[in-house]
Amino acid sequence: MFTDVPLLSLIIWVPIIGGIVCMFAGDDRKATRARCIALFTAFINLLLCVPLYLGFDKTTANMQFVENVDWIAKFGVHYQLGVDGISILMVILSTITTFLVVIASWRPIKKNVAQYMAAFLIMQGMMVGVFESLDAILFYVFWEGMLIPMYLCIGMWGGARRTYASIKFFLYTFLGSALMLIALLYLRTKTTDFNILSFYPLKLTMTEQVTIFIAFLLAFAVKIPMWPVHTWLPDAHTEAPAGGSVVLAALMLKMGIYGILRFSMPITPDASQHLSGLMIVLSLIAIVYIAVVAVGQTDMKRLIAYSSVAHMGFTTLACFVVYKIVAKTGDLHDAYLTLEGGMVQMLSHAFSTGAMFLGVGILYERLHSREINAFGGVAHKMPMFAAFFMLFALANVGLPGTSGFVGEFLIILGSFKASYVITLFAATTLVFSATYTLWMYKRVFFGPVVAQGVENMHDLEMPEYTVLFILAFLVIFIGVYPNALLSVFHTSIGHLLELSTTSKL
Amino acid sequence: MNFTAPDFLPAIGEMFTLGMICVVMLAYLFFDKQNRGITYFLTQITLLGAAVIAIALYSHPTEITFDGSFILDPESLLLKIFILLSSVFVLMYSRPYIRDNEIAHGEFYLLILFSVLGMQVLVSAYSFLTLYLGLEVFSLPLYAMIALRHNRPVCQEAAMKYFIMGAIASGFLLYGMSLIYGACASLNIQEIVSMMSLSVNSQPMMLTVGLVFIAAGALFKLGVAPFHMWVPDVYEGAPNAMTLFIATAPKLAGFALLMRLLVEAMPALFPQWHYLLIAVAVLSMAIGNIIAIAQDNIKRMLAYSSIANMGYMLLGVIAGTPRGYGSAMFYIIMYVVMSLGAFGIITLLSRKGFELEKIDDFKGLNTRNPWLALMMLLIMFSMAGVPPSVGFFAKVGVLESLVQADIVWLPALALVFAIIGAYYYLRVVKVMYFDEPLEKTPIIVESFDAQLAISINGLAVFFLGIFPTAMIELCQKAFLV
Repeated sequence: MFTDVPLLSLIIWVPIIGGIVCMFAGDDRKATRARCIALFTAFINLLLCVPLYLGFDKTTANMQFVENVDWIAKFGVHYQLGVDGISILMVILSTITTFLVVIASWRPIKKNVAQYMAAFLIMQGMMVGVFESLDAILFYVFWEGMLIPMYLCIGMWGGARRTYASIKFFLYTFLGSALMLIALLYLRTKTTDFNILSFYPLKLTMTEQVTIFIAFLLAFAVKIPMWPVHTWLPDAHTEAPAGGSVVLAALMLKMGIYGILRFSMPITPDASQHLSGLMIVLSLIAIVYIAVVAVGQTDMKRLIAYSSVAHMGFTTLACFVVYKIVAKTGDLHDAYLTLEGGMVQMLSHAFSTGAMFLGVGILYERLHSREINAFGGVAHKMPMFAAFFMLFALANVGLPGTSGFVGEFLIILGSFKASYVITLFAATTLVFSATYTLWMYKRVFFGPVVAQGVENMHDLEMPEYTVLFILAFLVIFIGVYPNALLSVFHTSIGHLLELSTTSKL
Repeated sequence: MNFTAPDFLPAIGEMFTLGMICVVMLAYLFFDKQNRGITYFLTQITLLGAAVIAIALYSHPTEITFDGSFILDPESLLLKIFILLSSVFVLMYSRPYIRDNEIAHGEFYLLILFSVLGMQVLVSAYSFLTLYLGLEVFSLPLYAMIALRHNRPVCQEAAMKYFIMGAIASGFLLYGMSLIYGACASLNIQEIVSMMSLSVNSQPMMLTVGLVFIAAGALFKLGVAPFHMWVPDVYEGAPNAMTLFIATAPKLAGFALLMRLLVEAMPALFPQWHYLLIAVAVLSMAIGNIIAIAQDNIKRMLAYSSIANMGYMLLGVIAGTPRGYGSAMFYIIMYVVMSLGAFGIITLLSRKGFELEKIDDFKGLNTRNPWLALMMLLIMFSMAGVPPSVGFFAKVGVLESLVQADIVWLPALALVFAIIGAYYYLRVVKVMYFDEPLEKTPIIVESFDAQLAISINGLAVFFLGIFPTAMIELCQKAFLV
């Protein structure tokens, strides 16, 4: 029905072109014009996702809506796009997030509005490109290209230490990705083009697999971020403007996991199996150690940033504990559950953490502080906001009924099959995340109003209300009816598991 | 004894330039006072005309003429086209600068024309004699050009330094050539190739020593480590418009020199120059990228960046395959496009009595002139090799050719240096976008052609990054046998 329209290309290029138009919308005297263009573009893009979702066939793991044009024929590079059950959700997630970010930035951003909106729209197009690319070089182009708008976004609209944070962010992620490029070029010598799917059936020796796995891992571990290469994240998150933090948390971190699912596991299954112990240990360190670090934070954004690292540790755990489960039980059923749990966790984290970052942005706009101690008793002045924030905090903790519960539950359930020790460590997250989230909530929202600034705070305004309402709806919807997500990626996850557990030696 | 006139057609572009130089000279002498623009326009017409001739000759089959000392092939034509077009841009950028700083404009244009003529001859040269001739014709005007601002001692110093170092390099080159001549008894590249494959076993020492001297001379002209010492000093000392010229077209000529001397004349010595170039490339990438970080002067920083970039270009030559040579050529042409834009902006921002030199002079450019800042942003990210700019594909091209040639460690090392290098490009972006301007007044580029040139230049970096195919194909085709 929709096959003759290049839907995937449109979802990439509409925001990029919209962003370029937005850039020339004029200076800050014409800020509203820029905002309207951005909102319009983001909305069109959201609409484009409707036929994408409706036309998507959930019963097959094949790539759908495939587009394939020669790009650089000499090097075997194609402009090749397609989505499966995993990537379609990421595409929809990115469009929703950008739409919300545009609304949320409506008022807080007052300087260089046109450029701000342009940066976000261009970033949006590139992120969708990452999730849609079926060609490794195209993937790499989007993957790296996205750093430019993000770098500008942190550096131009960020907090006091924005220069440091932006350069650290850029160099860290750039460093990680470099070796991935070499790995891709190397894989290319074994086949005829850069098609990712054509890398899957390649026979590789163990040494090759381990080397390639490590090259990929550097790229993805920095993005996820995994312990010990996570240190850029607290800085970037803290200094970025609220919209930037949301995109970082909701989308950019997911690209790392997506990379593991799309590249590491299917291309180097034996190395993944071989190194799964190491990966599980790294994930557990992220879950336990980073959670402890989060408890000690005094800056709200930093706290949420650390909590992100811990939550992402959960998803990497889900990816690699799969190998232990298969080794132990010999069938794919439990591995299935765990990996699906990882996917849900990833999407849920996007909403709950994104919402919390927006929440901190709302507080920051009113008091110009992110310090927990500067607040206290906010619930008295902003009851509506406090209610919303409570919901997101609980989703972050993983309360049943919210989206956070589904993922954590599935992962913990699955990892029981692998080892009790892993489960024991993983389950501490339930305690720690409750500790830091609720303790922060208590200090910010409850108690008497002490600070003068809090006295003058006013409750939510229309744009803020809209955004938080949509996010709250999504958090509860996924929590109550996770099948809406599971059914979309069920077949694709199955296919992925099959690829990832078949030896290629 | 028969005398047959050689075929002059392959050299028609050079003859056109030479003829027009006389016209420009006369026009400058007799008509410039009444009509100040005439020298400029005639110069541009010369360059564009020669470029058109080169494009028209492009479908001409490869031909060697003048008794084997001059070649017309796609490689030389492509390089000529870009030498000429980049010079057109150089003139567009530097015209306001020349006028504001009251530099003798006629002399400047004529020196550029002579230098371009030398480069045209050089890229088409197919014997040691024509190569050396072209080299000297293109180098000598550069020394004079730097000294044109005679009221600035720093320019005199730069000119002197460039001249002495250049003379030493020419000496090396000549000595190397004489050794090769001694072993092969010919100056003609075609004959050298066949003679050398015979004598490579009988005279290995003499040939290797000759190779080393020749390589040193050619690498000096390219400005790669360890022959790089002149680059930062000359870039810094030369007036901005002259730096702009030195940093662009001569790189293409230097590339041709290297290709003709090492790759085309001495394939028999491939193992020797292969390892030589690996050492030089690694050293250049390391020195260029690391020392550039410490620079406060943007011209010095870009000088070190050019050293590093030449190192990356050499990676393609090191691969030793036609694909690698094509990628190296693509790299250097794209480097010239980027460098043209970067120095173009520096020249445009330099006003009467104000030489833009410090990186901090770019502070807050985004508020003062968002369009120029955007162009500089594109160029900086392209130089850092961040997609979707053309710099990324240039790097991927050379790295890919290395991986295809089964050398994997070198690309990995190159990328590590690229990441170190990213820092100083990011710093320029940071200064332009994140810092508050020192003065609030907007910067307006008055001359329309300069504005047009920088827009074309900056957007080319971006659009060639999205559609690099045609250009890559052209470069690859030049080396297909």
